[in-house]
Amino acid sequence: MKSGGGFILRLDDVRTDIGQYHVLHGVSLDVPEGGVHVLLGRNGAGKTTTLRTIMGLWRARKGAIVFRHHDITAMKTPDIARLGIAYVPENMGIFGGLSVEENMRLAASGGVFDKARLERIFALFPAMQKFWHSQAYALSGGQKQMLAISRAIIEKRELILIDEPTKGLAPSIIRAMIDAFREIAKDTTILLVEQNFHFAKSLGTTVAVIDDGRIVHRGSMADLAADAALQTRLLSLSLEAH
Amino acid sequence: MAALSATLSRFGGVYLLPVVLAVLSFLLIPFSTWATLTVAGLAMGMMIFLMASGLSLIFGLMDVLNFGHSAFVLFGAFIAASVLAALAAWVHGASPALNVAALLLAIAAATAFGAAAGWFFERVVVKPVYKDHLRQILITMGALIVAEQIILAVWGGVPIPVPRPRVLEGSIIIGNVAIETYRVFAFLLGLAVYVVMHMVLNRTRVGLLIRAGVENREMVEALGFRIDRLFISVFMAGSALAAMGGAMWAGYQSLITPALGAEMMILVFIVVIIGGLGSIEGSLLGAILVGLTANYVAFLFPKMALASNMILMMAILLWRPYGLKPAVKG
Repeated sequence: MKSGGGFILRLDDVRTDIGQYHVLHGVSLDVPEGGVHVLLGRNGAGKTTTLRTIMGLWRARKGAIVFRHHDITAMKTPDIARLGIAYVPENMGIFGGLSVEENMRLAASGGVFDKARLERIFALFPAMQKFWHSQAYALSGGQKQMLAISRAIIEKRELILIDEPTKGLAPSIIRAMIDAFREIAKDTTILLVEQNFHFAKSLGTTVAVIDDGRIVHRGSMADLAADAALQTRLLSLSLEAH
Repeated sequence: MAALSATLSRFGGVYLLPVVLAVLSFLLIPFSTWATLTVAGLAMGMMIFLMASGLSLIFGLMDVLNFGHSAFVLFGAFIAASVLAALAAWVHGASPALNVAALLLAIAAATAFGAAAGWFFERVVVKPVYKDHLRQILITMGALIVAEQIILAVWGGVPIPVPRPRVLEGSIIIGNVAIETYRVFAFLLGLAVYVVMHMVLNRTRVGLLIRAGVENREMVEALGFRIDRLFISVFMAGSALAAMGGAMWAGYQSLITPALGAEMMILVFIVVIIGGLGSIEGSLLGAILVGLTANYVAFLFPKMALASNMILMMAILLWRPYGLKPAVKG
């Protein structure tokens, strides 16, 4: 399988097991190039497993994952990352014992910052400049999320996988995140896993809904946002709490 | 305990513990004896630090429980003893430069062997049992037993005397305080190694990767780094340091047997557990505490000497279950 037709990432019948549990039962998903693409689903539906499988952190038992023209299904995580895919995990993956600068330096190519990108990050997230020399464990939850996203964009990436960035964040921080993601999506494709539909619909170009390890809906976010009945049918179980 | 923690934090945190221990002992022990014991404790602590620091990083970085770590200490001690025996003319000669050169060659031989053996051990013994703690414990303990048997086969079961270079024999006398020269050398060497490790970990990109890997190796891989390659380097460095510690310990003890590995394994694990896994600062702190406690208690309560470090470990774990300075996780 080759990605093409404007798709940056294609998953074809991907099946992933975690221990004895079959979590993904054949996920097929096309991620168009550019914009923010949202993967929605309830807890335990397979959203995080899908992202981790793309990143090679868990291995697909069957199926194929193609990023541009590279079959990354069996590639090691560092090699996948070097193709230009960044990953922001649900727990943010911040190195708490390192300073904000050191966290960022690790992600910068050769440990050298691109000044223009750094300035852009400081404009998006002023807290990063303010706490540049602070230990990351001392940051608030919102600041840690900003650091995780800043780290993902300190180098030019083709695709950023972001797992539930709004989890546990205050509404004011979420609004800042929306602005930041819009800016980032101007030159990078984002695959966003979310449960917060209001956040997702304000950003998403396309949406896929996953349930029980399978994609049960694909379409434009605008269509889903405009169709209350479809939302109820697809999302009521998982999203009404939000 | 909470009040003790808060008070300690105000005055320097856990780094004050060795000072508190030394001050308490100062009140109970005559000054000249206290000074001798303190230097002996610091020297012992530095040697144990050499042995323990690698183990702490190995566990922190790859979650590997290496009970075979003290095999490198054992080999380091015996290789150093053999080199010193072979260079007997230098060791006992009148030239201080040749005296020191003999010791440095012995340490270098032990360290080089430790690095090479570490590479072999990681590839052959440890790599097949990544992510499986039970098998790690069984196979690395088995490796320690095999190492002891190799030592027995090569060097025999008779205790081997380890000559000290002439320039490091005897003591430095300050007033009525006598300080063994070898202990001063051991302390300074350990301190120098710590400074180098600290600089590598805090001022180089490799050090940054190691510190990040200790916290979250999965995320380091997701940033594009092959942590398995980094791990081999850390494993070799840790094994080399253990062998260096063994070489120094051999001179400190003057007489070594194949049981040294098993004896040191207990001390090394106590230090790593007290200090907190994955932390060089923690290992140094734990090693100095263990060294000072062993010396003070051996003088004050000789019958408690063997149990003292176990009691220290239990007390610290009751207070801080993750050790004094564990690496920050996440």
